[in-house]
Amino acid sequence: MSFVKLSASALAIAAVSATAAAARDNVQVAGSSTVLPYASIVAELFGENTDFPTPVVESGGSSAGLKRFCEGVGENTIDVANASRAIREKEIKACAENGVTDIMEVRIGYDGIVFASQQSGPAFTAFQPADIYNAIGSKVVKDGALVDNSYNSWAEFNGDLPDVEIAMFIPGTKHGTREVFEDKVLLAGCEATGAMEAMIEGGMSEDDAEDACLDVRADGKSVDIDGDYTETLARIDTNPNGIGVFGLAFYENNTDKLKVATMGDVAPSTETIASGEYPVSRPLFFYVKKAHIGVIPGLKEYAQFFTHDEIAGGSGPLANYGLVADPELAKTQDAIANEVTLGSGS
Amino acid sequence: MTDASMQSPETGRHTVSLTASDARTKKRAAAEKRFRAYGITAIATGLFFLIVLFASILSQGIPAFQRTVVSVDFTLTQQQQEQAEGTLFKTKAYSDLFISELNSELAERGISVDFDAAAIERLLGKVGGTIRTFYAENPDKLGEPIEFDLAASSRVDGYFKGRVSRDTLQDSRFLQLSDLDLVDALKEAGIIKQVFNWPFITGADSGVDNPGGAGIGASVVGSFFMMLVVLCLSLPIGVAASIYLEEFAPQNRFTDLIEVNISNLAAVPSIVFGILGLAVFIQFMHLPQSAPLVGGLVLTLMTLPTIIISTRASLKAVPPSIRDAALGVGASKMQAVFHHVLPLAAPGILTGTIIGLAQALGETAPLLLIGMVGFVARGYPDGFLAGFTEPNSAMPAQIYTWAARADVGFYEKAWGGIIILLMFLLTMNIIAIILRRRFERRW
Repeated sequence: MSFVKLSASALAIAAVSATAAAARDNVQVAGSSTVLPYASIVAELFGENTDFPTPVVESGGSSAGLKRFCEGVGENTIDVANASRAIREKEIKACAENGVTDIMEVRIGYDGIVFASQQSGPAFTAFQPADIYNAIGSKVVKDGALVDNSYNSWAEFNGDLPDVEIAMFIPGTKHGTREVFEDKVLLAGCEATGAMEAMIEGGMSEDDAEDACLDVRADGKSVDIDGDYTETLARIDTNPNGIGVFGLAFYENNTDKLKVATMGDVAPSTETIASGEYPVSRPLFFYVKKAHIGVIPGLKEYAQFFTHDEIAGGSGPLANYGLVADPELAKTQDAIANEVTLGSGS
Repeated sequence: MTDASMQSPETGRHTVSLTASDARTKKRAAAEKRFRAYGITAIATGLFFLIVLFASILSQGIPAFQRTVVSVDFTLTQQQQEQAEGTLFKTKAYSDLFISELNSELAERGISVDFDAAAIERLLGKVGGTIRTFYAENPDKLGEPIEFDLAASSRVDGYFKGRVSRDTLQDSRFLQLSDLDLVDALKEAGIIKQVFNWPFITGADSGVDNPGGAGIGASVVGSFFMMLVVLCLSLPIGVAASIYLEEFAPQNRFTDLIEVNISNLAAVPSIVFGILGLAVFIQFMHLPQSAPLVGGLVLTLMTLPTIIISTRASLKAVPPSIRDAALGVGASKMQAVFHHVLPLAAPGILTGTIIGLAQALGETAPLLLIGMVGFVARGYPDGFLAGFTEPNSAMPAQIYTWAARADVGFYEKAWGGIIILLMFLLTMNIIAIILRRRFERRW
């Protein structure tokens, strides 16, 4: 009989808690694993420095976060989506279909993408985007003709690079980092090596050629990492010739294990990224559901706190962790204060 | 002839002495010996892996229970507090006050190494929150000197634990080689020291730049509430279902179908239950996100088949003679089950329940989709009921989150978390053994 009592009380507890849970009092965030560290720093400080409860920040990747963001309006959906790329037209449309129409875009700063190898391995000091494309693009120009990529060693196409086997660990397609990597490294390299031109001459339209440039060889020389940077680090740790793609902040936290490569003769640092000398960088964003402002306590305050000069500015804790501060932060702050949404013009 | 033919095998047998074994006996004995050797090898292999596992968990996790602190007297005046409370970034204001006070105190003491406020800032972890919370809770302590144990930065902590050495350290804004001289001097002066890491056991998660402040306590509470939900739902439902299926249900195609499906359910990947939980509990029933209640419900679904299967097995193991005897003296079927069969099956049911709970305790995948994996640092719930609904993490989710962070300090915390998880599991198992002993009856 005690089982009956037990289950009855359990059901009662569940019922009571369900009714008590009607109002969510914390900000719910999800999205990019690149923005997650910054968001967690801000969330902790937001909980410590204000009377609002500490926001919950989930990871999962930019695309996954925006997908959840666009599921609808209401307490059972997230309030903020972190993204390491700008929202796409397609996603805005998907949002609108589910009733999420007023979206505020907040740019928090810039992040550098660095290429790094094992501290004790061979030195990769002189990368150009063309080298990366030659290493992992699926079709490359060899002796004037477009052929399937069969390069085995870096030295085969650039004498300055060490003669070791190619092993690249690049972010998987669900990461926002992949898009930047494709845009600023693969596409740039595809153009620089002349592969794109050769593709167009071969009868492809420009759009098709651009897509083909993003194809990565599938013979195991390039590995997609769907997990976090720690997974990439673990792969690099066991492979002295491996080169991984990391965020600047992650590299700076692991300088004892990783050796960074220059890109276009510029070493990555917050200064070279801010000045634009280092070519591979991208803005980081978060998106706020305007319909939730005033419903979820602390949502607007969270956005304002995040972008405050003392937090996201040049000497704040985010910059100290590795974020490159946005020179136009004041503009962002104004936009949040006025609740400017996408499409309404700023 | 017949005699002779019967004689020959007998004589053959007689020629063999009883004390010396013949070829076939030897063969059998050798086979047995070999089998024993296989068994011992199997056990030894298992033990070897277990020892390797435990050794690596302990060696990597034990350092998490020590922390490096800067221990120094600090006085905060009411005016200073009011000023700090007036700013937006209050914890930074407290931290700046502490740094300037420490700076002047070190100058007074005449530390032989050159230093400046920036160097002290690099040595310290995030200390503002600790100071602010202390004075918010003890306003009467304003104006008197208080001895604070404040977390040192992750790299200084690593220096004490051997993670960071002078050879591998690269100058950065986090720590410079010259700072280590200051650390050594402060260590000699007794200002920087290692103490037991209570905040790790009692605290909540912290931001990625603050490994010194991270603790697993809040997620232990989250796991506890989840297990409570799982226990309160899956045990009664599971036992009721299996008693009905085993003792009362007619044997027909329909019950066979149910049986097969329960077994199938036990093999469903756990992430599927997470997807189901998101769709049914959060999006349809509007239960809160990141709540242990939802985590518990999802894990209940996952645990039910395990409990049903093991309960049915232990009900089957009760000899039919006991049922027959009870029915024979006039007991109703329900009395026979509840007074005689169920108590005898209880130890087996308990074992199944504990295995199911242990499995649920270590599960991360179903929690991914309902918002319990990530940065959930709300701290302890206010009250018992709030424990079910307030956002919280769970131990395996917390360990997973830490393992993915850039700062090596968190990696160590992840291993420490595994030790706490194992201790939680051990406690559960011990309770189960004690209960089983109490219920155990022989027939």
